[in-house]
Amino acid sequence: MRRQVPLALCFVFGVVMVLIEFSPHPYSKFLYNEVINWSLIITPFALVLGVATLVQTHWIRIRRRAEYWQYSFVVFIGMIVMVAIGIPFGPSHKAFAWLFKYIQTPMDATMFSLLAFFIASASYRAFRARTLEATLLLVAALIVMIGNAPIGDLIWNKIMPFGENLPSTARQWILENPNLSSRRGVILGVSLGVISQSIRIILGIERSYLGGGD
Amino acid sequence: MLKQIMQIDRRIIFILVALAVIIPTLLKVSFPITISEPTRKLYDYIEDLPSGSTVLIAFDYGPSSMAELQPMGTAFLRHCFQKKIRVIGMTLVTEGATLGYETMQEAAKTTGAIDGVDYVYLGFRPGTIQVMLGMGTTINNIFESDYKEKPLAEIPMMEGIKNYDQIDLVLDLASSSTTEAWITYINTRYNQKIAAGVTGVIISQMYPYLQTEQLIGLMSGLLGAAEYETLIETPAKATKRMSVQSFVHLLVFGLVILGNVAFFIQKRENENV
Repeated sequence: MRRQVPLALCFVFGVVMVLIEFSPHPYSKFLYNEVINWSLIITPFALVLGVATLVQTHWIRIRRRAEYWQYSFVVFIGMIVMVAIGIPFGPSHKAFAWLFKYIQTPMDATMFSLLAFFIASASYRAFRARTLEATLLLVAALIVMIGNAPIGDLIWNKIMPFGENLPSTARQWILENPNLSSRRGVILGVSLGVISQSIRIILGIERSYLGGGD
Repeated sequence: MLKQIMQIDRRIIFILVALAVIIPTLLKVSFPITISEPTRKLYDYIEDLPSGSTVLIAFDYGPSSMAELQPMGTAFLRHCFQKKIRVIGMTLVTEGATLGYETMQEAAKTTGAIDGVDYVYLGFRPGTIQVMLGMGTTINNIFESDYKEKPLAEIPMMEGIKNYDQIDLVLDLASSSTTEAWITYINTRYNQKIAAGVTGVIISQMYPYLQTEQLIGLMSGLLGAAEYETLIETPAKATKRMSVQSFVHLLVFGLVILGNVAFFIQKRENENV
């Protein structure tokens, strides 16, 4: 029963949702709206599950005195403060907005900004034209990079008497031709994979989502 | 000497990057911006909309991407408000709720747009795809009230706006795969016009949709935001930050060239030994 019921539900909902797509009948529309409403109700439970998992993970870290366990207290303090202000007063309250703007935003932005330093260092060390493929990648990356900054066009237009704004034009060409072609191939491949995997799940051939390994 | 160049201390590179950020910021250097076709298409679409039209803007990003995406939002909103186009704001990302609200407030302040009349900010609801699809039936069913908890039925701007049928464009400001979800579920199912403003790292993913016109326009990274600011003749944050981006890109360009020159000289020397 633990396996048959989810498999049957998956089959029924999968087939019904596919058929709904091809039917303009009012019953079909009603059913579609009902399913959307159900899933909207179910979705917030994922947040509850996420919070429960986070609490459980950090509680275990503190109990076991795992490495850097002290930082788990920071997680709890942050969570409790935001929830204590967010739930009774709402996210538009001044205190909530202040905490978000002056604590979370700078911390998050700082973490991401550090990437600029590491990317510069990594590209200097690792970006080498060792093979033909690596050389093609390197040349394309340099053109896109310099075409993505106005200084590229400015320098080119100053020193070259021909091809006005060539760096940005070349960047655009790379994005619209080789990039687009390869991306489309990837999209088609992924889409076909998703369709075949969906059919396998609906028909109960693929069962790994049930857990248990088979 | 060659070995020293090849094994340059990474702290020196960090200092060079820091200088490439600090110096242009202090000197306030500016460069002429060349407008790309995808940004111009978005601008032209808004230009051609009659006043009183409605657009929906989704602030689907967090603080880590706000440096690129917030200037896009501000420039786009200014353009809409100047043209008397009504704007509905929302987000599918938890962290985007406060950022979207701030951006709308900032643009409204500079253009005199009025909350509830010229724009409405709905905030966040969990369930990315379900929210998108649910809004196709009735927006009111997903968002019963706006961000400040005012019922939508009491907001004058929302009168007559039921679902995507009354929305002329959806602009997704995204740092993840939400734009593809808007295209897959909303463009395909409801024939809704979609445009996007995305971070630099994901612009390459958007080009197949531009060619098929599933995306009617695209702002690509900070440069896209600077292009839009140039088009609406209001240079702001993105235009200023372009000088920083220019110098950092130029530095990385130079470092990669230098690294490769040293690599090839050393390779030739090793072959000769």
